Amino acid sequence: MFTSLRRVIKTGWRGFRRNIGLSLATILIMVMVISLATLLFLLSPVSDILITDIKEKVDISVYFKEDVLSEDILEVETEILKIPEVKDVEYVSKEQALEKFIERHKDDPVLMESLTEVGANPFLASLNIRAWEVSQYEQVTNFLETSPFRSLIDKVDYHQRKPVIDKVFSMVSGFYKIGIFFSIVFAVVAVLIAFNTIRIAIYNSGEEISIMRLVGASNWFVRGPFLIQGIIIGFIAALITLLISFGLCYGFDNKIKAIAPEISIYSIFVSNFFLLFLIQLATGIGLGVISSYVAVRKYLKI
Amino acid sequence: MLSINNITKLYPSRTGNAPTIALDNVSFKINGKEFVSIVGKSGAGKTTLLKLILAEEKPSKGQIFFDDLNIHEIKRSQLPKLRQRIGTVFQDYKLFPSKTTYENVAYIMEAMGASEQEIKRDVPQILEIVGLLNRADNFPNELSGGEKQRAAIARALIHRPDIILADEPFGNLDPYHTFDIIKLLIKIYELGTTVILATHDKEVINSLGKRVITLDSGKVIRDEERGRFIL
Repeated sequence: MFTSLRRVIKTGWRGFRRNIGLSLATILIMVMVISLATLLFLLSPVSDILITDIKEKVDISVYFKEDVLSEDILEVETEILKIPEVKDVEYVSKEQALEKFIERHKDDPVLMESLTEVGANPFLASLNIRAWEVSQYEQVTNFLETSPFRSLIDKVDYHQRKPVIDKVFSMVSGFYKIGIFFSIVFAVVAVLIAFNTIRIAIYNSGEEISIMRLVGASNWFVRGPFLIQGIIIGFIAALITLLISFGLCYGFDNKIKAIAPEISIYSIFVSNFFLLFLIQLATGIGLGVISSYVAVRKYLKI
Repeated sequence: MLSINNITKLYPSRTGNAPTIALDNVSFKINGKEFVSIVGKSGAGKTTLLKLILAEEKPSKGQIFFDDLNIHEIKRSQLPKLRQRIGTVFQDYKLFPSKTTYENVAYIMEAMGASEQEIKRDVPQILEIVGLLNRADNFPNELSGGEKQRAAIARALIHRPDIILADEPFGNLDPYHTFDIIKLLIKIYELGTTVILATHDKEVINSLGKRVITLDSGKVIRDEERGRFIL
């Protein structure tokens, strides 16, 4: 048993070395397939970060009537914070609202001028409320509109914002679905290409496999070396892909950060290093072994 | 040892014509330790018969028994065990193109689980006998036709099978090597191995003075104990 295994491994390694050209070509294809798996793996946290980021930016504001005191508003804030759906609440006083407006529009002379013409501070004090989930805003709004302190409220801008919120989220979920669809299509295409490459590589040995059967080798003794070659090819391809993905994540980290500061592709890579390598190995070796197994089977029927 | 019972082999025609009859109701017995030559013109059915004995093909009718084993009814997983009892010299050599001469010959011993020591002892020995020791590290495409044939013979003999099936083993040999191989086959036979030799080499058959089965158009037309090549 042990002798057989040793021979199978030796023969597999010899086959890999002797057909080095074909082996390298197969490794190259396999690197592409594993890269795709890596890309899908790395994109998943990136898209999560982007979606969370968009979600974080969504909030609703409750505007209070002109004459409501800030103590009352802070009391309402305490009440709102008791609602389980609410994540956090931020109080923006009339003055802060004005400051924010000036800060944002200081380069726009028309707006600044109209502000001067109005004279007094035209802004209302408000509470910016963020819920845990976008779908919870409706409930929060309902609560506010039916609460005992509704008389203090001038307006809740949820209804105004709802179409925008809905649109953004239908787009996000649309992109997500398209992403999943293309991921599956690419993955299937990649697997088929890898499988076919190995099949063609083994096609060359088809006659040899049949002769092995005819001289009395068992199926496993025939198949073993091809499975070993599949493992070697998958392993080397996974290692190469790991190095390439490390290089790319390291090299592009700053460039991506410049566009999206909250995404660090390099730290995603580092914190998922072992899982990622495991996925790469599983993709490479799994594809190599399964493709070899299926491709050899055809020639064993003698 | 080997019993061929009413074997018929038809090859269906792809164009819808009548099937080709390769063997037509062939029966004979080979008792243990025999040297049997099967002769006949090209297309008489010699190679088909050997393929059926090796279970490379299935008969259309009839049975072949190896001892008590109906070789076309045993499981596919059991076939290697049967084939390990047979050493075959194929007409087209069927050497492994990606293996050296040494590895070609050693392969079946490896598959049978022989120890490294046995392999290192036996393979050079048989290569020396067939005169290929200096070609041990060459690949089949680096060998001449005669050398390939001798390598194929070495591979068929290495594991000391119960039966040797030799399909035109002299096809590419010069008279000198032909004589050597015949001597080798006779020696193997004398040591207790059954040899089934399919050939149309008249001189070889006549010099052997052993049992000859003559096939013509798929039928056995003659089966003589000390036969000669008569067509």
